[in-house]
Amino acid sequence: MDQLFFAAEVFLNGLMTGVMYSLVALGFVLIFKASGVFNYAQGVLALFAALTLVGIQQGQVPFAHLINAIFGTHVESFGWTLPSIAAIALTVLVMIGLAILIETLVLKHLVGQEPIILFMATIGLAYFLEGLGDVMWGADIKTLDVGLPQGISDSVEAVTAEWFGYGFFIDRLDIWATMIAALLVAALVAFSQYTKQGRAMRAVADDHQAALSVGISLRFIWIMVWSIAGFVALVAGIMWGTKSGVQFSLSLIALKALPVLMLGGFTSIPGAIVGGLIIGVGEKLFEFWVGPLVGGATENWFAYVLALLFLVFRPQGLFGEKIIERV
Amino acid sequence: MIYREAGDFKTGYREDGQTFPIRLDRWAYYALIAVAVLVVPFVIDDYWASAVILPFLIYSIAAIGLNILTGYAGQVSLGTGGFMAVGAYAVYKLMTAFPEISIVIHILLAGGITALVGMLFGLPSLRIKGFYLAVATLAAQFFLVWLFNKVPWFYNYSASGQITAPTRTVLGEAVTGPAASAPAKYLICLGFVFVLAWLARNLTRGTLGRKWMAIRDMDIAAEIIGVNPLTAKLSAFAVSSFFVGIAGALLFAVYLGAAEVGEAFGINKSFLVLFMIIIGGLGSIFGSFAGAAFLVLMPVFLKNLMTGGLGWPTDLAAHVELMIVGAMIVIFLIAEPHGIARLWALAKEKLRLWPFPH
Amino acid sequence: MSEAAVLDAAIVDTRPVLMDLKNITLRFGGVEAIKNISFDIREGEIRAIIGPNGAGKSSMLNVISGFYIPQEGEVWFRGEKRGPMKPYQVARLGIARTFQNIALFEGMSVLDNIMTGRLNRMKAGFLSQAIWWGAAEREEIENRAAVERIIDFLEIQNIRKTPVGRLPYGLKKRVELARALAAEPQLLLLDEPMAGMNVEEKEDMSRFILDVNDEFGTTIALIEHDMGVVMDLSDRVVVMDYGRKIGDGTPAEVRASQAVIDAYLGVAHD
Repeated sequence: MDQLFFAAEVFLNGLMTGVMYSLVALGFVLIFKASGVFNYAQGVLALFAALTLVGIQQGQVPFAHLINAIFGTHVESFGWTLPSIAAIALTVLVMIGLAILIETLVLKHLVGQEPIILFMATIGLAYFLEGLGDVMWGADIKTLDVGLPQGISDSVEAVTAEWFGYGFFIDRLDIWATMIAALLVAALVAFSQYTKQGRAMRAVADDHQAALSVGISLRFIWIMVWSIAGFVALVAGIMWGTKSGVQFSLSLIALKALPVLMLGGFTSIPGAIVGGLIIGVGEKLFEFWVGPLVGGATENWFAYVLALLFLVFRPQGLFGEKIIERV
Repeated sequence: MIYREAGDFKTGYREDGQTFPIRLDRWAYYALIAVAVLVVPFVIDDYWASAVILPFLIYSIAAIGLNILTGYAGQVSLGTGGFMAVGAYAVYKLMTAFPEISIVIHILLAGGITALVGMLFGLPSLRIKGFYLAVATLAAQFFLVWLFNKVPWFYNYSASGQITAPTRTVLGEAVTGPAASAPAKYLICLGFVFVLAWLARNLTRGTLGRKWMAIRDMDIAAEIIGVNPLTAKLSAFAVSSFFVGIAGALLFAVYLGAAEVGEAFGINKSFLVLFMIIIGGLGSIFGSFAGAAFLVLMPVFLKNLMTGGLGWPTDLAAHVELMIVGAMIVIFLIAEPHGIARLWALAKEKLRLWPFPH
Repeated sequence: MSEAAVLDAAIVDTRPVLMDLKNITLRFGGVEAIKNISFDIREGEIRAIIGPNGAGKSSMLNVISGFYIPQEGEVWFRGEKRGPMKPYQVARLGIARTFQNIALFEGMSVLDNIMTGRLNRMKAGFLSQAIWWGAAEREEIENRAAVERIIDFLEIQNIRKTPVGRLPYGLKKRVELARALAAEPQLLLLDEPMAGMNVEEKEDMSRFILDVNDEFGTTIALIEHDMGVVMDLSDRVVVMDYGRKIGDGTPAEVRASQAVIDAYLGVAHD
């Protein structure tokens, strides 16, 4: 019986991790749909956002390390700390600025290139942003605290103990993260379905030329989706940064979102959501049952192998239609 | 006026199909080989060998390998690091299990084993295309690294989890292990580079190469004119992995001497080799060399400039280097998506016509 | 293009059947693209398939070249029933084709593109290719010579080493024909070989098609919209409309058929 509850707990934890995967995957899907860019930099974007948030909150001088090295000075900090809300707002502005820069300096010059070239450009972008984040704010591991509750939820444990005779250990941060992520997912879906900008975005996704001909500004749409992706990255960065510190490994969540995309399809919003949940739950349960037999750390590859096997048998993904090839 | 093809007549299809159709290019090629064999071994020192020349040679092999798969056959792979690890661990197991057999044979066998693993992970390419396949190759990357990390048999149950290359000799001269000299390491790598580049050139200019390129450019049309996608794609995975496996074996046995899988063959290695072929030029053997040279030399240059010249701390220099590498990739893709090879070809085109504008 | 180029119907009828299509039906999901069509292609003839847009002509060609497998019906080639085959296996039987939207290998030179047409004739093993010695080199040179003859025939010597991506449309069409010819096929399928061409280019292409048929004796099945061209080139014509066959015979017979006239003038279907 205990074993079953254990599994149920693992299942719940997986579900909550899955929501985070869905969120990051959604960032990918939005950019892919609107611009055909498979944005590998999504994870580094989250790292960069989290670094910037911590830096602004704690009043760090940007590029302090570089300035000190060049001018022999010893600047470190402005000596203030900002309230979380203000810091988040400023970070959002930074991410929008970054979106504009990316559009102007990179994407604009790559219009019409093959998708694979665009993909590789975002890998270059990921390297650049990783270096930039480190140069701007330093590479040491930082703690991020914007006031989200942390620690094991006593109430959940108490309630479940009373109901099942078994207390579920669930982190309060996970509960919050799940709720915020679910809200954000809902908001994004609503945005793309019901607002004018969302419709324009979908029009661009369907057909660039046709969208241009009815007066939609590609530039605006691209900056918009990259800003949204930056915002999604910020939210993901806050959650994961709060949980395990702001450090390089944070950028690896993007790698977790990739198999989600394979499973759900690069263009499907429901695919990203359901795919995220399946992979979140699947990898936790696999690690729980099979991990101990093979030395653990199966989360490193389970999602990929699952997605791979799934695609071999169903190349169109979870929600894709059967592909009819033409010549 | 000197660099030209006028007067250099071809009287048969054999001459027309040769690798260097222009006489000056042929001479330059022979001169390069002469310098590489007759001069470099006598002047090479440990610093140059370990900082520049050995990584250049070894990554050239890996880049040629990936270029066969991605540049010629059009199948993007992000699993290069994992396949290099297969080569490294295969050669390690062979070296320690059969010490009496020549290391050269071990390295070739390691390439063969990697080719088999590559074909296995290439199977999904028959069903999955484009980005989906690129992401699927990450499965190979993560799974293989995990496997070599978690199964002690692969690292002979060593306490550190590392693999360490024992001393092995070729013609009485140590090429691996701590006793190996810089010239010996250089010559064995050079030998592999020379033979493998020649094989790659032959395979890409003939029937197989055309099948690969046909699949790359338009897979459906290729199948309808008679290319079997199964054999074309799997042969590309096999040949590519053979090269990459040998590169991994040399990287571990000759260059590093000791390796830990996550560190030496992580996903960054996959990207590094991918960058080499993008910057060098997809679908070009010359480009593979150019890209490898560029990405091996640039960090050395930047490091010397920033830490040596400007006196910056090494961590700051490393971060700035990341930014510069990333920016270079983007700039290259914007300015010349076909890489250094195309720039080189254009320059030669100009030179051929010089001093006339057309 | 004189009337002399068109073989007498009586002569065609005595020739052996090269390809026989029996009761072909092809569906995509619920849509029937081809409905129970039968016709044959005889050796040495030029067979045209015509019909309005969406009539199922290209699907028919795709069935012949093995790209689509029909749900019902039989395909007979050279007196043998063809089992379910992959497209590359069909190519090896001696069927080559061109495509409506040019399907050349854009990253390769004209020469390499045409050489791909001879892939099935090159048997050198992997090792021979790797060391470029023996069979591989010999084959390369022999096949290069064959390809050069086709290059001469189609008058594209000067663009031999140009990457295909840089060629204008008309030349691409010609290179695609060259690639198909390089296979020395028994049956050559041409999907709208003259689409988007000006009058001069059409005349050139018609001349090449007739020459191929004359000089190499290649059997040709083609889809074409230009009625003048079809009537001049072909020996027999199949007319399709909405996936059905509505006419089959010599150009003169087809031109006189009421069903065909209705289809082209758009009489309401009942």
